[in-house]
Amino acid sequence: MHARRVAVTVTLLLGLPLLAAAQTKSITLPPDHVFSDLAPGPGVETTQRACRSCHSTDYVVTQPRGDARQWEGVVAKMMSVYGANITADDAKTIVQYLSRQYGK
Amino acid sequence: MPGLDRRRFLSGLGAAAAVASVATPGAARAADPILDGRPLVRYPEKTDLILLTSRPAQLETPMRYFDRALTRNDAFFVRYHTFPTPSSVDLGAWRLRVGGRVDRPLELSLDELRTKFPRVALTAVAQCSGNSRGRFTPRVLGGQWGDGAMGNAEWVGARLRDVLAAAGVRQGAVQVTFEGLDRPAFPTVPQFVKSLDVARAGEDPDVLIAYQMNGGELPMLNGYPVRLIVPGWYATYWVKHLTDVQVIDHVFEKFWMKPAYRIPDTACGCVEPGMAPARTVPITRMTVRSFIAAPAGGARVEVGRPTALKGIAFDGGYGIREVQVSDDGGVSWRRAQPGQDLGRYSFREWSATWTPPRPGRHRLMVRALNGIGESQGYEALWNPAGYLRNVIESIEVQAG
Ligand code: HEC
Repeated sequence: MHARRVAVTVTLLLGLPLLAAAQTKSITLPPDHVFSDLAPGPGVETTQRACRSCHSTDYVVTQPRGDARQWEGVVAKMMSVYGANITADDAKTIVQYLSRQYGK
Repeated sequence: MPGLDRRRFLSGLGAAAAVASVATPGAARAADPILDGRPLVRYPEKTDLILLTSRPAQLETPMRYFDRALTRNDAFFVRYHTFPTPSSVDLGAWRLRVGGRVDRPLELSLDELRTKFPRVALTAVAQCSGNSRGRFTPRVLGGQWGDGAMGNAEWVGARLRDVLAAAGVRQGAVQVTFEGLDRPAFPTVPQFVKSLDVARAGEDPDVLIAYQMNGGELPMLNGYPVRLIVPGWYATYWVKHLTDVQVIDHVFEKFWMKPAYRIPDTACGCVEPGMAPARTVPITRMTVRSFIAAPAGGARVEVGRPTALKGIAFDGGYGIREVQVSDDGGVSWRRAQPGQDLGRYSFREWSATWTPPRPGRHRLMVRALNGIGESQGYEALWNPAGYLRNVIESIEVQAG
């Protein structure tokens, strides 16, 4: 907490003497935090498969709890607006899972 | 380190119990239903921030950092929309491109941006449109932020206006679009692009392409190497890792301008809770807000001993005229002492002294008034996207 962690590497590449030095700043991002893990329950694997590719599942677990209508709306939005590729069967399983684990 | 400064400052006041609650953020946050359980995480170039999402990174600033006008770069909040986010930038290859309806398309290196255009400094608040969304009642879907998706910094950069003038905006220009290095992995996820009317982009001397933040370079997660600064307006317009500025002859209406980031087309930007707006417009100017950062919500204070209250207030560019605090539910209000004026787009620091009159719980409220008489209400306004929150905020402290 006291020392600032040096997580940035600023590299000066001076390989080509006649060209201006290229300067690259890079960071390494941490993996998904366990905080985002979906609660165990029937349908969790299907939900993980479908909902973890574009973003971490903390997008899901931080939402207000809601009934099947809320989660149907979320899954439909992911499919129609962002192009999530989910079969009708899987969508049903996911809505059931979400309304059970993250329901009212 | 502000954390330590603040602890020392509080103990100087003899508020020993308050020190304990600052030292254990978990306890301080337990009083907050939205932040309760959220881990503190440390990302590159950042100090411990409250996690909203890991991928893409969305991190919020703990309230204790808002006891002063300027927000440290390493404590500044992070908000991205799509993944992956830029994690490496080679300045040798990086260029800012200006094109579209212009006479002379430009490709500027960072050095050219720094040296060919006048260098302008401006202190301005970046606040996410959905800051405090988690506090909406009824609740709404979206990023469940507490109040920490905001920050204030001194930005240094070139005026967008000067860069556009160098390119020569042609007749018939209507809007200018802004795009950064973000490229979503899935081609079906809309690319993050925002737009401004040419009237603002081409004329407002305060709209900047910033390459410096609080005297240093921008942290990667805040938009390295340059980001757009649109003071007074929500940070959705402050495109990070800016690379492409295009002048266009129409109103840009792709996803992140429409249907995303819109508010009801009503005077208050609000509708009856639970209702859908008939028409919407893009969100733009920030509403008036103010916060108490010290003591922390839930802190213990001593009866009869003067306690320092500190915090910030801001609005969408008219400047803060007055900050007031109340300890009786808003029946009476007392003027707070304004801090240094860093400009009309900046946080305005404020302070007040309050002496807990009796043991038990006390609710302390704060409200601000801006340069055109806008203020904050007792009842929260509502809209379905969870934007524009500006209700009077309060904290509860325990006197003993
Ligand atoms: C094709 C990409 C993609 C997939 C797959 C995907 N999402 Fe999303 N999701 C997004 C994007 C993009 C956002 C908006 C991100 C932002 O603004 O920060 C989002 C946002 C969300 C939000 C926040 C509320 C909102 O509407 O912005 C929730 C909740 C959510 N997703 C749930 C899910 C669930 C549940 C699944 C699995 C059924 C899923 N997502 C799968 C792309 C996706």
